[in-house]
Amino acid sequence: MLAHATPTTIAVRVRGLSDRAIAWLFITPTIALLLAINIFPLIWAVYLSFTNFRANRPYAEVDGVGLRNYQRVLNDPDIWIAMQTTAHFVFWTILLQTVIGFALAYLIDRKFRGHAFWTTVILIPMMLSPAVVGNFWRFLYQPQIGLFNYIVSFFTGIPPSSFEMLGSVSLAPWAIIIVDTWMWTPYVMLICLAGLRSIPDYIYEAAEVDRASAWRQFWSITVPMALPFIMLAVLFRGIENFKMFDMVMLLTGGGPGSTTEVASITLKREAFESWLTGRSSAFAIILFVAVFGLANIYVKALNKVKQR
Amino acid sequence: MRKVTKALMGMSSALVLSTAIPGMAKADELTLCWAAWDPANALVELSKDFTAATGTTMKFEFVPWPNFADRILNELNSGGKLCDLLIGDSQWIGGSAENGYYVKLNDFFDKEGIKMSDFAEAAVNAYSTWPKGTPNYWALPAMGDANGWFYRKDWFAKPELQAEFKEKYGRDLGPPKSWDELKQVAEFFTGREIDGQKVYGAAIFTERASEGITMGATSALYPYGFKYEQTGGKYDMDGAVNSADAVAGLEAYKALYKCCQPPGYTDSYMGEGLDAFKSGQVAMAMNWFAFFPGLYKDEKVGGDKIGFFVNPKQKVAASTLGGQGMSVVANTDNMDGALAYIKWFAQPDVQKKWWALGGYAVHNAVLNDPSFKDSQPFAADFLVAMNQVQDFWQEPSYAILLQAMQKRLHDYVVADQGTAQEALDSLVNDWKEIFEDEGKL
Repeated sequence: MLAHATPTTIAVRVRGLSDRAIAWLFITPTIALLLAINIFPLIWAVYLSFTNFRANRPYAEVDGVGLRNYQRVLNDPDIWIAMQTTAHFVFWTILLQTVIGFALAYLIDRKFRGHAFWTTVILIPMMLSPAVVGNFWRFLYQPQIGLFNYIVSFFTGIPPSSFEMLGSVSLAPWAIIIVDTWMWTPYVMLICLAGLRSIPDYIYEAAEVDRASAWRQFWSITVPMALPFIMLAVLFRGIENFKMFDMVMLLTGGGPGSTTEVASITLKREAFESWLTGRSSAFAIILFVAVFGLANIYVKALNKVKQR
Repeated sequence: MRKVTKALMGMSSALVLSTAIPGMAKADELTLCWAAWDPANALVELSKDFTAATGTTMKFEFVPWPNFADRILNELNSGGKLCDLLIGDSQWIGGSAENGYYVKLNDFFDKEGIKMSDFAEAAVNAYSTWPKGTPNYWALPAMGDANGWFYRKDWFAKPELQAEFKEKYGRDLGPPKSWDELKQVAEFFTGREIDGQKVYGAAIFTERASEGITMGATSALYPYGFKYEQTGGKYDMDGAVNSADAVAGLEAYKALYKCCQPPGYTDSYMGEGLDAFKSGQVAMAMNWFAFFPGLYKDEKVGGDKIGFFVNPKQKVAASTLGGQGMSVVANTDNMDGALAYIKWFAQPDVQKKWWALGGYAVHNAVLNDPSFKDSQPFAADFLVAMNQVQDFWQEPSYAILLQAMQKRLHDYVVADQGTAQEALDSLVNDWKEIFEDEGKL
């Protein structure tokens, strides 16, 4: 195919513009869009967090309340319970997804017969919409007709309708952890698989020459070299699970009681059910700062591991 | 260059037209917003007469109940123009009146000769007025409703069960008249095998996210003597909300949940309750009267198999209020058309047809008709219920008040946390804080 020269008219029109000016010409729309949909709402939320504004009373007078919204949020025991619930979910989901995801990646990396097929099968849950997964698992957990209870019953002998995964205070958090792990372990597996495949074969060959055992090779080569990838997966899943909303909403709605009410559900209730817009903005800013701060610390640790 | 200019003009004209059309006043079309349920279908049928009489095309925006409040309140708060007319929940009246979302209808009613005294007093107070007790009308009572009960009449009629129940409790097995009896009947059926299926006593509301458990539990709290305030309008909730009677009512609701709710119904509201009944899992279920016509028509559990009863009393006779009034949305571009619909809907003949189609008219011309009680198997109970209804706060801050109650009740009833006294004490504290923020305390 022949390359065409820039038409004379356009060439003439852009003549006289510096490279920098042309670059700005291209970047400006993106920056404007970014400011409009990301930065402005953030600044607006910061402003609202210092007011008593309520979105369901748009014509009411808006007064500045100083730090009162922040004070109320930080002194609200229910919000601290929601934060603890969130931390509980984040910890267990990351732990399970990392261990299982890495184990699956390690197995798939062995390139056994049919490994491509099994990789696709394992990836299926990740490809589904959380709304579909939530509804699907609600049926599975149904104590009278749900398959999950029958499987547990088959292995343990406990009658299927004698326990409720979603209605029990002690089991409901685990019901959500199981679903999230089922859905997102493949994602961790993919990242770990990329890490394992990035390790050059000659390192293992050298280890073989040195007669290093498989166990030694695993701990001295595989794990350290895949560690930055594992940490990256932990970072992605950590941020995502901190914001976990749809799955919990569909499975338990935060219940029973407030047992599974994670921070994002509390935030939704404050903002769009109680219409405490100012206070919920303060809560959102606190959450943002917490995630941003923790992610920054983590990224620094990740960089140190990569530089080793 | 001319071609480019023409193309740009064409595109911009199309853009202007495409954005302008939805907002343009169209005198020949009205949009009515409501929840998606059986009575809404009846209203579609009824409205065909309005279209025939006026030539106005009726459009309907029906939102499923779980999203109804979110969707419609967002629409009102954002100044949207989706709805010309809105059949909104009774709790919304205060906020919608104070925020200017609804048109005040007093002058219109006076001009058109529409008298609120033509409608049931409880319905007018609940669905139309704000502030309460004042003749300021923001809606026309459109759909009377209360929480009631239905039961498997065919199961109750089984001779062997009748005999067993009589021997155990010394009375006939029939619709319970008190909450104590309700629990006895529910326990009697729970765990029993009927028609080859294990059945349970009662399906009650436990839903956490919107209003379910509050609407269910207040059906026990009100009959036990629960009050929102010691003195109306004083917000003196201590000793009313958390009184010994209120505690007993909440304990009764939890006891019914613990003994007799089918497994898995820990977050259930209207739809789940209907499913439990229709699938033959429960002997009794609570739900809004609005669903009773549909249930009666149900081939599997309706007809001779179903019976209805009003919410049982305990210390007093009381029912939880449902239902809605019809308001004109202040932001409408078709004010005249919307008001014309209200005028048409308020006519006694239209109200009679509304009841006949499955809507719950609360016009006295319908309710006081001698044939009304026998017009449907649940009509007499509906009359009783509407005369004993009590409603949740209708304050502008009702949403926060409701969320607090949802949490406290679900924590106690379903999640087994604390005692009934602690739950209601905490609720009083939550509500005090809200009213303090409102400057009412």
